[in-house]
Amino acid sequence: MYTQAMDTMAKEGKGAPRAVAALSAEDAQRQARFDERIDADGRIEPRDWMPEAYRKTLVRQISQHAHSEIVGMLPEGNWISRAPSLKRKAILLAKVQDEGGHGLYLYSAAETLGTSRAQMLDDLHSGKAKYSSIFNYPTLTWADVGVIGWLVDGAAIMNQVPICRCSYGPYARAMVRVCKEESFHQRQGYEGLMVLMKGTQAQRDMVQDAVNRWWWKCLAMFGPPDADSPNSAQGMRWGIKRFTNDELRQKFVDATVPQARLLGVTLPDPDLKWNEARGHHDYGAIDWSEFWQVVNGHGPCNRERLAARVKAHDDGAWVREAAAAHAAKHTPVEAKAA
Amino acid sequence: MSTPPALKDWPLWEVFVRSKQGLEHKHCGSLHASDAEHALQMARDVYTRRQEGVSIWVVPSHLIAASDPEDKDTLFDPASDKIYRHPTFYEIPDEVGHM
Repeated sequence: MYTQAMDTMAKEGKGAPRAVAALSAEDAQRQARFDERIDADGRIEPRDWMPEAYRKTLVRQISQHAHSEIVGMLPEGNWISRAPSLKRKAILLAKVQDEGGHGLYLYSAAETLGTSRAQMLDDLHSGKAKYSSIFNYPTLTWADVGVIGWLVDGAAIMNQVPICRCSYGPYARAMVRVCKEESFHQRQGYEGLMVLMKGTQAQRDMVQDAVNRWWWKCLAMFGPPDADSPNSAQGMRWGIKRFTNDELRQKFVDATVPQARLLGVTLPDPDLKWNEARGHHDYGAIDWSEFWQVVNGHGPCNRERLAARVKAHDDGAWVREAAAAHAAKHTPVEAKAA
Repeated sequence: MSTPPALKDWPLWEVFVRSKQGLEHKHCGSLHASDAEHALQMARDVYTRRQEGVSIWVVPSHLIAASDPEDKDTLFDPASDKIYRHPTFYEIPDEVGHM
């Protein structure tokens, strides 16, 4: 999944990356070496010197990306017990388990920057940290599961593939692993929809209804238009971001249009049409007021999602404690003394 | 008694996976677990869901000693001018054949 960290920073009016005003001579030298490595498209590793703002931006982006994976398990998890066949249930279980795994890869990557797992979870549970807004919408029908795979994961892949070349090594490596697995997510969704489209008229209507509800939300996943995304430039300078929001959104639209045609659904945008001169599809205006409303906590499921996460964490406390107690009991005495 | 912050007590482990028999174990990431057995179980779930491995090592992260990035030049530059350590440094007549 995806994080909108870079884009929400400015709006929230805190923690925006900023160049430090005065550097000591030593730090100026380190900064110069850092810039040189970034310019040469080199990689930064955990123990290398890095500017504080770079570190902060990454912690924020990677942890929010991790939170998105974990919260992203909820809308689909909703359908595990109601999947229409054993095959679909096994597929959905594997997919949701993958999302959990993606969250773990990413938490580990963020921890290499000096933050702790407990801190990140606290920030998620207190509402301080954000996750992708797309998960604050409900999954109303089985077709939603297919559409999430096809469009939501499709949009996520568009966002994540360039992060495989992120300047921060652990994030890039985690993303390589994530992208390999994400391809299955998109394909199972599209294939599931194809099956429905070959079914009854009611099933086809269900797919179209799901597409209608999710399409615009998926376009918003790429974040605000470039003109309103002041931190993008810094992210690109640092090699954290490789394409702008609008570039990625355009790629997604261009890739999706023929897939929709093949599937036999329409995308709910009367302004969507091929522009010969640009060599791209034009598309209609996105409702950004809705996007910001959901980012700020007022989406249909914000409260439910967070409450489910907090409850799962609290209900699991005894397991964590029991495991720690078991380990303490079985640690040899000499090791404890060390 | 207040609830102990159990997660903070779960140490960090580095995970190394041997992808197939005959190849070396390779670092693939890290995770939190209460003890070694638990870490192996978690590593299996997190890093080998698609048969990525035939063997796993887990090592407590704090036991790994690492070189300092600042020492990179001192440590590794001295090798850069010793090109005579490479076979291509030596010219051998073609007639000798493969050597």
